Amino acid sequence: MTESPAAQAGATHPSVEALREAFGDTVTRATVSCGDTIVYVDASRIRDVLAWLKDTPGQDYNYLVDITAVEYRDVERPIEVVYNLLSLERKQPLRVKAELPKDGPLEIDSVVVLWRGANWLEREVYDMFGIRFRDHPDLRRILMWETYAEGYPLRKSFPLRGRFSRSEQMRQALNANPEAHYSMEELSIAEAYHNIPADMRDRLARGERAKIPEPPSETGGE
Amino acid sequence: MSETRSVELSVGTTGIDEHGRPVTIPLGVRTGSAEVEHEPELGSEHMLINIGPQHPATHGVLRLVVELDGEVVVRVVPHIGYLHSGFEKLGEYRHYNQLIPLTDRMDYLAPMSNNVGLALAAEKLMGIDITERCKVLRVIACEMSRIISHLVWLGTTAIDMGAFTPFLWLFQEREHVYNLQEAWTGARLTTTLTRVGGLMADIPDGFEDELRAWCRKFPKTLDEVDKLLTRNALWCGRTQGIGILTAEEAINFSLSGPMLRASGVPYDVRKDLPYLDYETYDFEVPIGENGDVYDRYLVRFEEIRQSIRILEQALDRLPDGPINVDDPRVILPDKRDAMNDMEAMIFHFKQVMEGIEAPVGEAYFPIEGPKGELGYYFVSDGTAKPVRWRVRPAAFINLASLPKMAEGHLLSDLIAINASVDIVMGEVDR
Repeated sequence: MTESPAAQAGATHPSVEALREAFGDTVTRATVSCGDTIVYVDASRIRDVLAWLKDTPGQDYNYLVDITAVEYRDVERPIEVVYNLLSLERKQPLRVKAELPKDGPLEIDSVVVLWRGANWLEREVYDMFGIRFRDHPDLRRILMWETYAEGYPLRKSFPLRGRFSRSEQMRQALNANPEAHYSMEELSIAEAYHNIPADMRDRLARGERAKIPEPPSETGGE
Repeated sequence: MSETRSVELSVGTTGIDEHGRPVTIPLGVRTGSAEVEHEPELGSEHMLINIGPQHPATHGVLRLVVELDGEVVVRVVPHIGYLHSGFEKLGEYRHYNQLIPLTDRMDYLAPMSNNVGLALAAEKLMGIDITERCKVLRVIACEMSRIISHLVWLGTTAIDMGAFTPFLWLFQEREHVYNLQEAWTGARLTTTLTRVGGLMADIPDGFEDELRAWCRKFPKTLDEVDKLLTRNALWCGRTQGIGILTAEEAINFSLSGPMLRASGVPYDVRKDLPYLDYETYDFEVPIGENGDVYDRYLVRFEEIRQSIRILEQALDRLPDGPINVDDPRVILPDKRDAMNDMEAMIFHFKQVMEGIEAPVGEAYFPIEGPKGELGYYFVSDGTAKPVRWRVRPAAFINLASLPKMAEGHLLSDLIAINASVDIVMGEVDR
C-alpha cells in the first residue's frame, strides 16, 4: 500500500463499486494513482472478472488496451499482472491488476478466449517475466528466440547485460541448431522433422523447447 | 478410381503429331482396355516457405513462415524479435529524460511523436503542467510525425504492389519535413525533441513560414498521388476485399489507429481521450467501411489531409511565451546561470547526476501515434528511475492480427496485407 491517503479516498470509480457488489472479496483493494483507477483482484478469478467487465451492460470494457506485468524492486512485493481496459462506448479506462506471490507458481488464466489480441501480449509477458498463462493456445517465447536459455529478461534478478558472458552468448549463437529457427509444427510441415537428431526430436515431442536454467536464488526462487 | 476426371495435359509436349495436335505425355495408369489418364493428385501437399527476415516486402526484419496450399495461404506464423533491444529493461536503469533517446529508436519513422508521448506520460506521473506554447509545439511535432510516417507507409506499400511513382513523389515531400525537423532538433532521425516539462529547443527562426509554405504546397502532391492510386484499377484490384477485418474482430484483436478505424470503429485517442488540447482543434477522423486494405489506404490518406489542417491551426494559434515549465527541479537551468549562480549550479548537478525524482505511483498515458494507440506506462517507487517502463506498442498489437487476415488469401495478397498493417520493427521488437 504505497498510495497516498488522498489517492485511497478517491477510489470511487463506479465500476469498482459494481465489481465489489458482484464479486465481493475477489476485489482485494482499489486505489487511484495519477487519476487512473486501479482494481486489485484475486488472481485465481481474473478471467471471470474480466469476462464480467467485458460483457456486463453498463460496464462494456470491450477493448483490451494492454497486458503487462510489473515486478517491484522490493523483493517482498508480489509480481503484478496488469490489464489495461477501455470501454469504447463510454471512453472510460480501467486498470485491473492480479498479484502473483513470488513463492507460489507464477501462473494465471489466459484471457485469449475473451480477446484474441491477448495472444501476443501474454506471450510477451511469458517471455519477459516467465508468467505462465493457463489455456493459452500457443505459449511460446516471442521476442527472444525459442531456445533462449538465460531466463526472463524483465525480472529484477536478471542482470542488465544478461546472465551469460559475451563469449557464452557468442558460442550459443554460433552453435544454434534448426530448432532455434523453426517451431515443431513448421518442421513437421517442411518434413524436416524426421531429419533432425533423435534426441532433439524427443525433446520437441515432449514439448521441451530449451533448457532454461533456474536463476540463482536471489529472490528466494520462483 | 473411375470417378477421377481424365485430363489431357499439353505441358511437356514433345512436338505435334501428323494431325497438327500437340503430342501429350500420358499420365497415370491405364485401367482395363479403356484408356483413362488420371489427374495427378494435386493440392495434397502443403508447402512451407520462409519470407524474411531480410526481405524488402516485410518492411523490416520481420520473418513470416507461410504454409501454402498451391498459392493459397493456409497459415502464417510471424517470427519477431530480430530487432529486440531490451528498451524496457534498459529504461529501469535510466532517468526519465534519459529514456527519450530510446523512444527515438522505437518508431523511427515518427520519432517526434514518440518523444511527446514519453514526456506526457512522465509529466502525468509527476503532475507537471506544461506551458501553452509547449503544447502547441508538441501538437506540431506529433502531426509532422504522423504525416511523414504515413508518407513512408504509402510510398512503400505502393512499391509492394508495383507502383513506383508515388514512392518518389512522397519521399520528396517527406524530405521537406525532415529538413524542418533537422532545423528544429538538429537531427533527422534521432530527434530527442522533448524533455520532461518542456522541449529541448524552441523552433528556429523562419520555421513557421517554411512549415506554412509546405502546408500550402504539399496537398498538390497528395492530389497527384490520389489521381494515380485511388481510382486505379490495378491498385483497387490488389487492395479491395483483401485482408478484411470486421469491426468486432478489430476490437477483439485490440487493433488501434488506422487499422481499427478502417474497420469502422471510430476510436481516436485525440478525440476520445484528448491530450494537448486536441479537443479544441477542428479536424475529422476518417472511418472506413469494409476494413480491407483499400480502406486502410483511404483512412491514412485522409489522415494526412487532416493533419495538415491541424498543423495550420496550430501555426495560427502558436502563442509566445516560454517552452519549459518554470521549475528548476525539472528543467535544467540556463548554462550561463549554472556556471555563475550557486543555486542554479546545484540544481543542474542534481538533475544531471540524480535525475528527476517521480512520486510513488503509476501512470498510463496513451497518445494517438501514427501507427495507433501508443501508450507509455510508468511505475515509480519514488526514485529517479522507473521501476517499470512499459510501451504499449501499436504496431506489435496490430501485427498480431496478420495470421487471421492473411488466411485464405493468395501469397501475393499476403504482401499487401502485411504492408497495410504499417509495422515498424523498431516498435514491434523494442
